[in-house]
Amino acid sequence: MNFTLKIWRQHDRNSKGKFVEYKASDISPDMSFLEMLDAVNRDLAKKNEDIIAFDHDCREGICGSCGLYISGRAHGPQRGVTTCELRMRHFHDGETIVVEPWRAKAFPVIKDLIVDRTAFDRVIQSGGYISVDTGSTPEASSIPIPKANAEEAMDAAACIGCGACVAVCKNSSAMLFMSAKVSQLALLPQGHAERKIRVQRMVHQMDKEGFGHCSNTYACEQECPKKISVAHITRMNREFIRAAFW
Amino acid sequence: MVLNSKIPEGPIQQKWDNHRFNIKLVNAANKRKYTIVVVGTGLAGSSAAASLAELGYNVISLCYHESPRRAHSIAAQGGINAPKNYKNDGDSIWRLFYDTVKGGDYRAREANVYRLAQVSGNIIDQCVAQGVPFGREYGGLLDNRSFGGAQVSRTFYARGQTGQQLLLGAYGALSRQINSGRVKFFGRREMLDLIVIEGQARGILARNMETGALESYIGDAVVLATGGYGNTFYLATMAKYSNGTAIWKAHKKGAFFGNPCFTQIHPTCIPLSSDYQSKLTLMSESLRNDGRIWVPKKAGDKRNPKDIPEEERDYYLERLYPSFGNLVPRDVASRRAKEMCDKGFGVGSTGLAVYLDFADTIKRNGKEWVEEKYGNLFDMYHEITAENAYETPMRIYPAVHYTMGGLWVDYNLMTTIPGLYVIGEANFSDHGANRLGASALMQGLADGYFVIPYTIGDYLASTKFPQIKPDHPAFKEAERNIQELIKKLLSIKGKQTVDEIHKRLGKVMYDHCGMARNEAGLKKALQLIPQLREEFEKFAYVAAWEYKGNGLNWELHKEPLAFEYVKPSTRSYK
Ligand SMILES: Cc1cc2nc3c(=O)[nH]c(=O)nc-3n(C[C@H](O)[C@H](O)[C@H](O)COP(=O)(O)OP(=O)(O)OC[C@H]3O[C@@H](n4cnc5c(N)ncnc54)[C@H](O)[C@@H]3O)c2cc1C
Ligand code: FES
Repeated sequence: MNFTLKIWRQHDRNSKGKFVEYKASDISPDMSFLEMLDAVNRDLAKKNEDIIAFDHDCREGICGSCGLYISGRAHGPQRGVTTCELRMRHFHDGETIVVEPWRAKAFPVIKDLIVDRTAFDRVIQSGGYISVDTGSTPEASSIPIPKANAEEAMDAAACIGCGACVAVCKNSSAMLFMSAKVSQLALLPQGHAERKIRVQRMVHQMDKEGFGHCSNTYACEQECPKKISVAHITRMNREFIRAAFW
Repeated sequence: MVLNSKIPEGPIQQKWDNHRFNIKLVNAANKRKYTIVVVGTGLAGSSAAASLAELGYNVISLCYHESPRRAHSIAAQGGINAPKNYKNDGDSIWRLFYDTVKGGDYRAREANVYRLAQVSGNIIDQCVAQGVPFGREYGGLLDNRSFGGAQVSRTFYARGQTGQQLLLGAYGALSRQINSGRVKFFGRREMLDLIVIEGQARGILARNMETGALESYIGDAVVLATGGYGNTFYLATMAKYSNGTAIWKAHKKGAFFGNPCFTQIHPTCIPLSSDYQSKLTLMSESLRNDGRIWVPKKAGDKRNPKDIPEEERDYYLERLYPSFGNLVPRDVASRRAKEMCDKGFGVGSTGLAVYLDFADTIKRNGKEWVEEKYGNLFDMYHEITAENAYETPMRIYPAVHYTMGGLWVDYNLMTTIPGLYVIGEANFSDHGANRLGASALMQGLADGYFVIPYTIGDYLASTKFPQIKPDHPAFKEAERNIQELIKKLLSIKGKQTVDEIHKRLGKVMYDHCGMARNEAGLKKALQLIPQLREEFEKFAYVAAWEYKGNGLNWELHKEPLAFEYVKPSTRSYK
């Protein structure tokens, strides 16, 4: 297969970026999107040109490092997969593909397709955990948890923190990301002690980082590679309101 | 030098307790006077950094990812062992200890393994308290499954994402300590050298991967939690960044390397389909609980698997190992698969695959049952191969997956360099020549949560530390050397990219130092690798980018990683 690529190139945080056109030729349909970029980079390296920088690591859809905006879709046209899992067979031969980094105020571009997502870490640092010191814990089976709750907590916990939800949201909101953590911990009895301060601190931090608010468009759920449900946003809102009256 | 394992006195059951009683403690008020540099934020690094900070130490934590949560531990699927005996099937600390020593082909230190088995239960308690959503039964209690060659059910799991959930738990604990200010975290930093001053490990030199600057981090002790070196083989289930730089640099500074030859080849990976492939994907071993492995009885039989009748199939694991069947340990399953393929029984277009068939399970329990248990794995297989494993058997082939070898450490997890500790996959300690399934997560967290917080205190309390500043000659010299190395690599203008050379190195490694090894093959590898190295030094491209300042052009670099692992020792063109 052959493709024309329009790829965002940007030297560093402070310079202005632009789209540059590249050809990707002799691409096998079984290649992943990143392997296709590897091939383009190999050719660039051989011509002694600046290779295209993108984040990646596990290449199996779990570390959350990769994340490209591909022809207007976060992680490309397939539902439920990350960029590294996406195969070229889902594109048409000869297609022009536009590749951009995530775009959001809270995710500044570092270089080419790499953005700075440390805002997510700071949101978690503000309270996205259960405060438990090593060793100070009861026997694991001392608290039975209904299977349905445990499963729902797991659904939420499956978030890989890639940032696709922020990138597709017209408000650049981090609500899906944050609510997944709030919801996971609210569903488990272990998380109850800090329920109130957790949600308040995380919301406060989210605002501070410059993420927008949720206006119920639900694009985030559509584009989430782990199909995290917006029901968690509803639960988080409930937690937040509850916290005000506690 | 005589290696002193520092195994404590007493019967094996009491060694750890005795040791904890006998080691020196750092007074609570004095802990904040010490700084510990922890490199790596996988299960081992995150749990260690968080636990040390909780105790009151100052911790500097670094990793080459943007965020601690992206460490490769995130990719572990199957589960984590602990002999809680919730299933009442006869499990015990002793049995886990015994299984691990035996499974490791009697090449692990008994005292370490016993301690590992002892603390493994606490790990589960710890993780549950952190909110790790382990799989549960309808009664609300924790579920267990049998995994990776164990005859009891002792594996705790969070769907197919156990590593992710455990890491997010440890990441939460670490985040809490970052928030408290006791951990200073630095992301996108790659450790390029270990600094040893007057015989003590006192810090590291790291490169800021955004700016290209070399930075010094000083501490009273250094803990490496930098994972395995499986990517020496190029095609592996490891993440692309996983490399052995940190431990290799420490090795060059004097830390002994234990059992580097012990690499694990995992039996259930999606086979290689072509040349462009950048890595191999693991299919959780839990699939072997319900899938049956077979090849056609006739070599070279290219029929569609559906057209091969039952009596013309060889379920070779069930035939050879009637009591373990498809659940034999990893090394056995891998070796048999390779043998089958070498003899021409392999399937698929390359002949380098065997079938893993779910037809019987689907017939017995229904497709929905299989879907609930393994749905995500079947989806992943489909995305990669475009094949539907509910209808046609999966194809699997062994791939490099884990390195039992690593830096040599004593019972305290300290290397041969005083003050340098190594934890998690990066050390050689607990798995001998073969790691059992669901034991790496256990070891990483045992080291980080429950071993290093005690043992490092003993060293700190009994050692004197001279004051050190970043302009100390040892840091300056390391910086000069690294800068020179980078410059040397940069000046290479060749015709092949670093990836291409790495791929070729991987092939040499896989062919001659892979599942089956012999003298002739190893000698051949020792000829091929120096040739490759020479070629690399002459022709390779260096492909990472150095930031030269705003508005200026970036300069082409490549990290000095891939070819340091095998130091050429002989060279011949016979
Ligand atoms: C696909 C897969 C599935 C697995 N499934 C299981 C399973 O089901 N059960 C089980 O028990 N085990 C499993 N394992 C093994 C297990 O996941 C690993 O052995 C374990 O997670 C390693 O943890 P770690 O903390 O030692 O290292 P890692 O998680 O690899 O972390 C290494 C850390 O070090 C950092 N680092 C490395 N080098 C440098 C450097 N030079 N400078 C700065 N930072 C550096 C990295 O950024 C990272 O933070 C699996 C492994 C793989 C690959
Ligand atoms: S590279 Fe890890 S999720 Fe894509």
